[in-house]
Amino acid sequence: MPMANDLVQPEKFFLNRFGMNQGALEQILGSALERKADYADLFFEYRSAEGLGLEESMVNHTSKAISHGVGVRVCADDRTGYAYSDEVTVDRMGIAAQAARAIADNRTGAHPAVQVGEQVRRHDLYELETSPLDVPLEERARLLREIDALARGYDSRVRNVMASFSAERRIVMIVNSEGRIAADVQPLCRLSVTVIAEDGKGRQVGTYGGGGRLEWRYFLEGERWKEYTIKAARQAIVNLDAVDAPAGEMIVVLGNGWPGILLHEAIGHGLEGDFNRKGVSAFAGRIGQPVASPLCTVVDDGTIASRRGSLNVDDEGTPTTRTVLIENGILRGYLQDRTNARLMKMTPTGNGRRESFAHAPMPRMTNTFMLPGETPPEDIIKAVKHGLYAVSFGGGQVDITNGKFVFSASEAYLIEDGEVTRPVKGATLIGNGPDVMTRVSMVGNDLELDPGVGTCGKDGQSVPVGVGLPTIRIDGITVGGTRA
Amino acid sequence: MAQVDAALAEWALDEARRSGATAAEVLCVSAESLAAGERLGEVEKLKSSRERRLGIRVFVGQSSATASTAEIERDGLKDFIAHSVTLARLTAADPWAGLPDPALHPAHVPDLDLADRAQGIVDADTALKIARTAEQAALKADPRIKNSEGAEFDSGRYQIMFANSQGFAAEYAGTSFNLGVAPIAQDDQGAMQQGYWFTANRHFSKLEDPAEVGAIAAQRALRRLGSRKIKTMRAPIVFDPDMAASLLRALAGAASGPSLYKGASFLVGKLGEPIASPNVTICDDGTIVAGMGSKPFDGDGLATNRKHLVDGGVLKTYLLDTYSARKLKLEPTGNAARSVGDSPTVSPTNLYLEPGSHSAEAIIGSVKRGLYVTELIGFGVNGVTGDYSRGAGGMWIEDGELAFPVQEITIAGNLREMFKSIEMIGSDLRWRSPVVSPTIKIAEMMIAGE
Repeated sequence: MPMANDLVQPEKFFLNRFGMNQGALEQILGSALERKADYADLFFEYRSAEGLGLEESMVNHTSKAISHGVGVRVCADDRTGYAYSDEVTVDRMGIAAQAARAIADNRTGAHPAVQVGEQVRRHDLYELETSPLDVPLEERARLLREIDALARGYDSRVRNVMASFSAERRIVMIVNSEGRIAADVQPLCRLSVTVIAEDGKGRQVGTYGGGGRLEWRYFLEGERWKEYTIKAARQAIVNLDAVDAPAGEMIVVLGNGWPGILLHEAIGHGLEGDFNRKGVSAFAGRIGQPVASPLCTVVDDGTIASRRGSLNVDDEGTPTTRTVLIENGILRGYLQDRTNARLMKMTPTGNGRRESFAHAPMPRMTNTFMLPGETPPEDIIKAVKHGLYAVSFGGGQVDITNGKFVFSASEAYLIEDGEVTRPVKGATLIGNGPDVMTRVSMVGNDLELDPGVGTCGKDGQSVPVGVGLPTIRIDGITVGGTRA
Repeated sequence: MAQVDAALAEWALDEARRSGATAAEVLCVSAESLAAGERLGEVEKLKSSRERRLGIRVFVGQSSATASTAEIERDGLKDFIAHSVTLARLTAADPWAGLPDPALHPAHVPDLDLADRAQGIVDADTALKIARTAEQAALKADPRIKNSEGAEFDSGRYQIMFANSQGFAAEYAGTSFNLGVAPIAQDDQGAMQQGYWFTANRHFSKLEDPAEVGAIAAQRALRRLGSRKIKTMRAPIVFDPDMAASLLRALAGAASGPSLYKGASFLVGKLGEPIASPNVTICDDGTIVAGMGSKPFDGDGLATNRKHLVDGGVLKTYLLDTYSARKLKLEPTGNAARSVGDSPTVSPTNLYLEPGSHSAEAIIGSVKRGLYVTELIGFGVNGVTGDYSRGAGGMWIEDGELAFPVQEITIAGNLREMFKSIEMIGSDLRWRSPVVSPTIKIAEMMIAGE
């Protein structure tokens, strides 16, 4: 188990735990650079996680996992060699360095020795007094049972409740061939509630949850756990009466918060540096051009305290930043890791992330959201004669090359003559990334970030992310329902 | 350095008992892999890995906990196991929890030829050469192939060791080889489309020709050029084999024990009832020699088998592990899936729709106006209700011929009706994944477009 002091100085954690010293790190980085390489880094990770789950009113699932390992990366031009091992020993790292450096051509002449010294100053966004991992298990289990009771009492049509709480602590250290060393302790937790409701006609599901880089008491403050539970139960019950969703292009109003997944899929992925360096994104070469209505300003911000998508430093040791992606409709920036920033002659934006030591970093989003406008959300709905009001979504996906993206509504209503009326069944919405944002005709004054449950997948790697949105109106997007 | 071997597993089981566990189960996985990527004729990436993890499930009476760790030195592991037993004690007693009936463990573990004996991890130079051959074939296929996301060749080898406190212990090894290519075609207006194709097998010598894989990927990118949106309408839908396989995966999810006992499946109460068209027979077979989804025993240590999930349109069985079988008062079906860190869940092994007699061309030829789906994106499948709504792309069919490419549309329906309206099944079943299907035609679905 990590000692309290290690958590204040995570650099020392790895050096102490795995018997590393500065000389060994310098030697391994030197070996990684032995061929004609531009850059090398070592990524150390130690992760401990616990989960508990309730089903059928019993907290009958508990789990615990510890993983650790080290990844060695060597970059030469646009080539990357990566090798990792879960044995954190000098010998094993030496073998990994040899494997990783095979990417580089044979070097002629000597290379300068690596001197590890300069510590990267990290943000201070989520230091915890008490980790949720240290809250007695019985206390965590009791809350899950209270959630179960609350959901079952919400409506007689509630048939089943699943609730889970997971928490982890990830300690990372990055040492690179420029001699810089960065380290961080990253807490993360999540409370999730799923409710199944059933009536004579059928069954429906509702889900809600929240979390972040937070302490346990967050879920008790303002009775957030009750809010999650009621929202999940209400969604299941509402959907019991849902009618078939419409099919075809129509006006869609997106509610605030989690529907910001629109930005993640329609824009965010297409602005990741790797796709743009390779020219394979529908947004490639479009910086400075209009790609959205002038009402839209979209940022990616990894520096918001306690958020699920935030990081003190990214997984390459770069402090995270706030990057303006779209400013008043004009495309302004890409999300960069070190490699793609170097090759594109841009500045790293602190978006180099990886799922674990078993993966090389790549440009990824942190918290991606649209800045608020001036319109009250009620006015946005009032101005729609016939449309769809979508407030909750499941996942989404994008084909970055042709720009087509989807995201799937899990709670949506019809808007008829300026009023929100009947609930409709879930449906997928499909649009074109470089085009959909030009159809945003109203932006609400009610920006909200999502409750903290998002996970983004890219090239087989999952990382926690956040999204956010004010209520917005889109004048035409295809809704994939079944009713003509 | 500690070794992952039978002695370690035996020691861990003893240690769990010493800490107070009444039963325990150990799963160790060790894996090695090498991936090599080429892009636009240049080496782009090399990745090599080595991992091993130990997972343990401990029971104290009817209470259990699951834990996994990369720390396999006995000193550290001892505390870890003790802590796992403590976790189990704090967990609710669950009347259905426990190891399987010992009589159900196989007496003999079959050799399913899951590991290539002639070829281990493919060395970097060979892997790069294969990737290069595939990518070059794609790049040279047509002048409109102007860019590429590269080609990647991966090879991996894993070893699984399983032991429980009621005396079942067994191990097996497997290999996998995979080549994927992703060229990008561009038209005169600058619009881009990616094509992707792959070959995968447990045996290196059975991979398809890399140049052919590249050429197919290029054709798939080229035929998407000029894609357009179509009008909202109802029409017949032909799913290509990979897209049809995604429907089988959705069905298997709804037929799996945990979804059923939670009441979170549109197949609740449907056992023995018709759920698909009478021409539909779907098989789950974990015993196929060298099959991608084969295993000699499941995640509970029970024998895998061959069975009909759906026979002549009738749902014949659910897919069950020991726990969900007990809850549903049925017998386990050898479909327990186990990752090192989690308690068992359920997955199909090799799942396939039995091929019919029609060629893909004949199925497309039977459609007057409809859609041939070759791409699906998003997660719009609701296993609880069966509601289905996904982003789609493919080719419009006009008078039985592929007329023009289509994109930015959705197809929607409900899995209950979709399976019941499968009108034609192709003869083109190819094994590239654990879940495979031939081409199928569904009578009608809603297309949302303009």
